[in-house]
Amino acid sequence: MSEALPDRDARPDLIRALREGALAALIAFALFLPLIGFSTVQNMRNEIVLEARWQLLFTLVAVIAGIRFLSTLLLAPWAERRAAAAALTKREVPPNGVAQVWRAMAARWFAPLALGFVIVYPPLVLGLNGFQGAAKWIDNFGIQILIYVMLGWGLNIVVGLAGLLDLGYVAFYAVGAYSYALLAQNFGLSFWLLLPVSGILAAFWGIMLGFPVLRLRGDYLAIVTLAFGEIIRLVLINWVPVTGGYAGISSIPRPTFFGIPFNASDEGFAATFGLPFTPIYRTIFLYYVILALALLTAAVTVRLRRMPIGRAWEALREDEIACRSLGINTTTTKLTAFAIGAAFGGFAGAFFAARQGFISPESFTFMESAVIVAMVVLGGMGSQIGVAIAAVLMIGGTEIMRELDVLKAVFGPDFDPTQYRMLIFGAAMVAITVWRPRGLISTRQPSAFLAERKAISGTLVREGHG
Amino acid sequence: MDVFLQQLINGLTLGSIYGLIALGYTMVFGIIGMVNFAHGDVFMVASFIAMVTFLLLTTWLGISSVVLALFIVLIVAMVLTGFLNWTIERIAYRPLRGSFRLAPLISAIGMSIFLANFVQVAQGPRNKAMPALFNEVIVLRSSETFDVAVSYKQIVIWLVTALLLLGFWFLVTRTKLGRAQRACEQDPKMAALVGVDVDRTISITFVIAAALAAVAGTLYLVYYGVVSFNDGFQPGVKAFTAAVLGGIGSLPGAVIGGLLIGLIETFWSAYFSLDYKDVAAFSILAVTMIFLPQGLLGRPDVEKV
Amino acid sequence: MTRPLLRVEHLTMRFGGLVAINNVSFTAQHGEITALIGPNGAGKTTVFNCITGFYKPTEGRLALQSGDQALWDDLDTLTAGGAKSLRRADGGLFLLERMRDFEVSRDARVARTFQNVRLFQGMTVLENLLVAQHRALMAASGFTILGAIGWAPYRKAEHASIERARLWLDRIGLIDRADDPAGTLPYGAQRRLEVARAMCTEPMLLCLDEPAAGLNHRESAALNDLLMLIRDQDKTSILLIEHDMSVVMEISDHVVVLDYGEKIADGKPAEIRSDQKVIAAYLGVEDEEVDKVAAEVGL
Repeated sequence: MSEALPDRDARPDLIRALREGALAALIAFALFLPLIGFSTVQNMRNEIVLEARWQLLFTLVAVIAGIRFLSTLLLAPWAERRAAAAALTKREVPPNGVAQVWRAMAARWFAPLALGFVIVYPPLVLGLNGFQGAAKWIDNFGIQILIYVMLGWGLNIVVGLAGLLDLGYVAFYAVGAYSYALLAQNFGLSFWLLLPVSGILAAFWGIMLGFPVLRLRGDYLAIVTLAFGEIIRLVLINWVPVTGGYAGISSIPRPTFFGIPFNASDEGFAATFGLPFTPIYRTIFLYYVILALALLTAAVTVRLRRMPIGRAWEALREDEIACRSLGINTTTTKLTAFAIGAAFGGFAGAFFAARQGFISPESFTFMESAVIVAMVVLGGMGSQIGVAIAAVLMIGGTEIMRELDVLKAVFGPDFDPTQYRMLIFGAAMVAITVWRPRGLISTRQPSAFLAERKAISGTLVREGHG
Repeated sequence: MDVFLQQLINGLTLGSIYGLIALGYTMVFGIIGMVNFAHGDVFMVASFIAMVTFLLLTTWLGISSVVLALFIVLIVAMVLTGFLNWTIERIAYRPLRGSFRLAPLISAIGMSIFLANFVQVAQGPRNKAMPALFNEVIVLRSSETFDVAVSYKQIVIWLVTALLLLGFWFLVTRTKLGRAQRACEQDPKMAALVGVDVDRTISITFVIAAALAAVAGTLYLVYYGVVSFNDGFQPGVKAFTAAVLGGIGSLPGAVIGGLLIGLIETFWSAYFSLDYKDVAAFSILAVTMIFLPQGLLGRPDVEKV
Repeated sequence: MTRPLLRVEHLTMRFGGLVAINNVSFTAQHGEITALIGPNGAGKTTVFNCITGFYKPTEGRLALQSGDQALWDDLDTLTAGGAKSLRRADGGLFLLERMRDFEVSRDARVARTFQNVRLFQGMTVLENLLVAQHRALMAASGFTILGAIGWAPYRKAEHASIERARLWLDRIGLIDRADDPAGTLPYGAQRRLEVARAMCTEPMLLCLDEPAAGLNHRESAALNDLLMLIRDQDKTSILLIEHDMSVVMEISDHVVVLDYGEKIADGKPAEIRSDQKVIAAYLGVEDEEVDKVAAEVGL
């Protein structure tokens, strides 16, 4: 294949790379000079003074220039060659090539294998890490990620299927969490009763907020949902007698094993089943509860997509005017998407409150909404597997950065990897979006077929105007 | 009455800052139809740049004239922030142009997270307090219980804002660049066909938006004397609210919206409840959107069948 | 013996100062193909948008009747009463100008297509036809709840909806493309699919906005056959906007001519062909079209 390409002269490449590197150095220097080159510190008299950090500045500039130099010199020609080679071989690959078979196998088996893995995950981790080490892995990784998977799947109904951009989804998560916390504390009702109640309350709020705004189109809808999300958070902060304000609500009752509490008492779970007491039983129990909730969300979505209402959601995303010409009441259709999405947010919120035992407005900021929207878009709108993968990557990735103590060996004991967590998170979000603007899994699976189910290319699927 | 006057003065000051940021949102939205979520953080970065430059000028280079220092700070902040936004547009938004509508939004959210955390890592998480500037006040009306006063810094803020808006207005209505911008807004493909360099026009729009945010950032620093890495979000969202209230895409609308949001906020704090001032701003946004979706000065969105 | 289906009475539509339609009245009969013709900008699509509820007319009455013809006697009572419709077991009477766009389709059973095809591009051909059966499926699914738990009558309705889609795919010759996204179909096929999709709503009246635009001769002939089949076999009346005079003259039973928002003629195709006002309106358009139009109307 290589002889088909024009011979490259090595020297112009090198000069070009040098020039690009120098340019990158210049840009980096200008951008980093004020904020990296100087640090603002308070001196003994509590005045703010500048301290120069030339070494850090020049190191960073050199690193960036180096990366740019190398990528221009090596990476770009390689990518070009690959693209050219791919263009040449495209027509030659038989329809049943090895790559295709592999891809088809992956598409067929990925979901069941992933499901199997998450079911055996807690015992697996227990076996590998013992009772002490496993709690962190089940809680921080398992439960945490599954909450976001559920939120992503819930919002996927609104954004991915109905094409309505909701930037205030976290409000429903908050409604669910506070509903559970307040009702459980003040009336002593059980988790299993309050779980549906929280979902219904969240759906009710979804309808209340959705009703006036759903006739808005395009970015206006996004803005109003953002405003509602902020209003709910601000009310939670300021309505101190009920919500506790910034301090939040603590000692929220924890869920029980169908009436048996997870504690060290004689009526506790461990004693009842004749096991030695350890807090990990509750963690494992919570893991399976959120797993079941997340799977419920997925199952309901799969089911609804094949129902007239689900098809109407997707049709709405494709062309709202055509929908109306076919007798579909677009307002109620949008409202059901909004309400069902909100209900799942509410379930997740109630679970979150029960798992933490403590909630405060801190957990329900706009950033949370933004992260959930990002999961849906980066996963591939409408694709449940895509959303789940995006949630694992985004939440798991940031969690794993807490664990990178090895970096201390490189950068010295003062280095704190957790500081860089969100920095890398933001940069990765930009990078993934630029790399795959339509998300990781951009194809759409049709909801019905006559002869054969064929995936639909993402370029045909609209993103809705809401 | 006195309280009213004082709140009017304070509200106009705050509103000027919101208006300057709102212009950035509205310009970018007008030209590429994108909600630039990172704009609030660009404003925050500008504030930090201004602080570092000011400290550099006064403590390292020994410039004692505050007015001169402020002038230089404004120029430096505008140039560097403009450059920053130019780079951001190249890296994070340009590759996504013409693709999926939500992609630039997600990219901008990522950029917003990146910028806030970059400043946190580079400058630390704590509030940075500056020495106070222009502290003198002019007492307008005096009574036993209450003095109505205008501080020098408020006057500085009004003056700078007014001058800048004049210059900006000239730029977008009277120059070739402004014409190119309006052409790209109407129809980028057609604009390209008649010889407008669309990419360049969009880049310049980002630079101008950032320069205005830099002025806002500098003035914010002068007014409050303190800034922290998460100061981008709240003013950003409020300015965005202002842009929408005024009618997104409309430049005078952004300024009017900014002033309105500033006034609503200060009056609400004075007469009703300090705690719920942000709720008031957002509620007014929601109500406007529901009853007047195109904003005060925006073009109505006609549905084509 | 006339059997009116749709009565357009004194329809006027103004946009600000612009009068798009001025005091237009005509009647479309049950079981007929009525064509609405006129030069560009005559207000044809605006009439359509008023009938299908996308625009609220400034003035006028748009009444549609189904079932028993005697219902027409109650028209003035209904108008005075302020209700949207009058429904009885043996039919209904609807005042379209009082109904919202989706109600016109759902309740009064008026389906439409669009001048610039509006298919659900990212959904398959079959899915497009299933979305059109929303009303029937929604009712059968007990508003989703019963259907979601696999209620048998819903499964039957779902099966029936696929069979109906299959029937229409056969009729428009797209059965082999059923599982392909609608956006990948060639233009002529997209037009046919849009007609089939509208028919899947089981309409009383089918409104077609330039269905033959952009079709080649063969496709245009096939479309004519399809429309006549719809009229004769499905007993669905058709209201049609068309520029292609050969289509209009060949298949329509009745022709209404608009010019500058006013009705200038109304009658059988043969009468329209020789109407002086119509010829003047058409000859008055653009010079290069004169000969073509003259040839088409048979001068």
